[in-house]
Amino acid sequence: MRPAEIRLTDVTVSHARRPAVHHVSGRFAPGSLTAVVGPNGAGKSTLLRALAGLHRPDAGRIEGAAGQVALLPQAAALDRGFPVSCLDAVLFGLWREAGAFRAIGAAGRGRALAALAAVGLDGFAGRPVGSLSAGQFQRVLFARLLLQDAPVILLDEPFNALDARTAADLLAMVHRWHGEGRTVVAVLHDLDLVRREFPDTLLLARDCLGWGATGEVLTAANRLRARMMAEAWSAEPEACERRDAA
Amino acid sequence: MSVAAPVLGLFLMLRRMSLTADVLGHGILPGVAAGFLLAGLSLPAMAAGGLVAGLAVAVGAGALSRATGGREDASLAALYLVALAAGVAMVSWRGGAVELTSLLFGSVLGVDDAALLLMAGSASVTLGVMALAWRPLVLECFDPGFAQAVGARGAWWHMGFLALVVLNLIAAFQALGTLMAVGLMMLPAIAARHWARGVGGMAYAAVGIAAASAYAGLLLSFHADVPSGPAVVLAAGLCWLVSTLCGPVDGLLGRLVRRPHLAG
Repeated sequence: MRPAEIRLTDVTVSHARRPAVHHVSGRFAPGSLTAVVGPNGAGKSTLLRALAGLHRPDAGRIEGAAGQVALLPQAAALDRGFPVSCLDAVLFGLWREAGAFRAIGAAGRGRALAALAAVGLDGFAGRPVGSLSAGQFQRVLFARLLLQDAPVILLDEPFNALDARTAADLLAMVHRWHGEGRTVVAVLHDLDLVRREFPDTLLLARDCLGWGATGEVLTAANRLRARMMAEAWSAEPEACERRDAA
Repeated sequence: MSVAAPVLGLFLMLRRMSLTADVLGHGILPGVAAGFLLAGLSLPAMAAGGLVAGLAVAVGAGALSRATGGREDASLAALYLVALAAGVAMVSWRGGAVELTSLLFGSVLGVDDAALLLMAGSASVTLGVMALAWRPLVLECFDPGFAQAVGARGAWWHMGFLALVVLNLIAAFQALGTLMAVGLMMLPAIAARHWARGVGGMAYAAVGIAAASAYAGLLLSFHADVPSGPAVVLAAGLCWLVSTLCGPVDGLLGRLVRRPHLAG
């Protein structure tokens, strides 16, 4: 279960040649709990997708993440109207173990029911996912993450549009994963929450502006720089020549 | 045919691809017509031609929209208009109105042993593959992003699924016609939505509706001298109308009956 260290070496990820993540180097220590903060358009989601192997970096290397990552996307591109029950939706978390064909059996079903209970959705197993509220649906997605049982968990704005109670319950889940020694990385906008609950922070504005202990990274000067850099947009940029010594 | 096709139709509907089946139905026409031009009304030639053309349309539409950045429904619409025109032109060139009608709308009397074997074979293959591929297909429909993240190879399952759709259209075209084969696939699936809430229940309902409409439609075709394709599709359409009106799930009549809301 012990996660490997994830090392980023001069990683650039772009959309149509525009870099969203620009020459970022650093490491997520095994078992660390890191918040990724930065303005909109700073490349936070892109970084998570790259870590999950869904977006190939243009340059640089990401090591130690392959095959051990579970990602909770920001606005999951899933079809909420699809006629599946909560239990079935959670059971898909077993995909890595069961694949397309292997039987899931009573043990898997029991784990899914336990996961539903752990996120506070006892008795929801048979409910169609279409009938859930936004908060309940996010709980289902957390239950699916529980079943995935991955050593590294990436959360993209996991507490958006949730009431205080739901956010607190799901935050407790994040601390539980941290306590179990998993590496957890979460994109967040609530800086008070980050200061209170997250030991490490990566401040991103396309470039990495700070990566380390939360108190040292989240300084006023750094945040101002982040805002200015994210807003910069040149109509006809040159090809980037930069080569960081890794 | 009516056992296998609606299960495919169900997934097409759930993926918001109801029109894709229509496009594929038109797409096989030039292939069938090419087979007809080369070998006359021979089943193997027309089936092979249709298979090639249908697969080409299925693969081509997706690839075209990805490569040119256009919307997939736009490329599909363009392809099926061209395919229909080309198919009709090719058949008219050599054949007469009778051949054209029987290709487009089907004639049960044209069904021979070979066609029956093809239908039974493709229905069996379809049901077998769908039983195996049920889980990945449901996942790919429900949450394609997650499917990609866990390496479920959604795109491959999707292509295989489209190939099955083409296979079923080919198998059905002799009895129902290229244009009408789609009806037996989609209408029962759409009607089934009003009879069940889960995917599994919908599949059973769709198969039941399809079997009933095929039986009723063929009787109608035989006694009233209507081409078999439209007769079966009309029967399925009647089932859909009844389902939409009276079905227990989201039926129209259910909305008229005001029941007190629950206490909690």
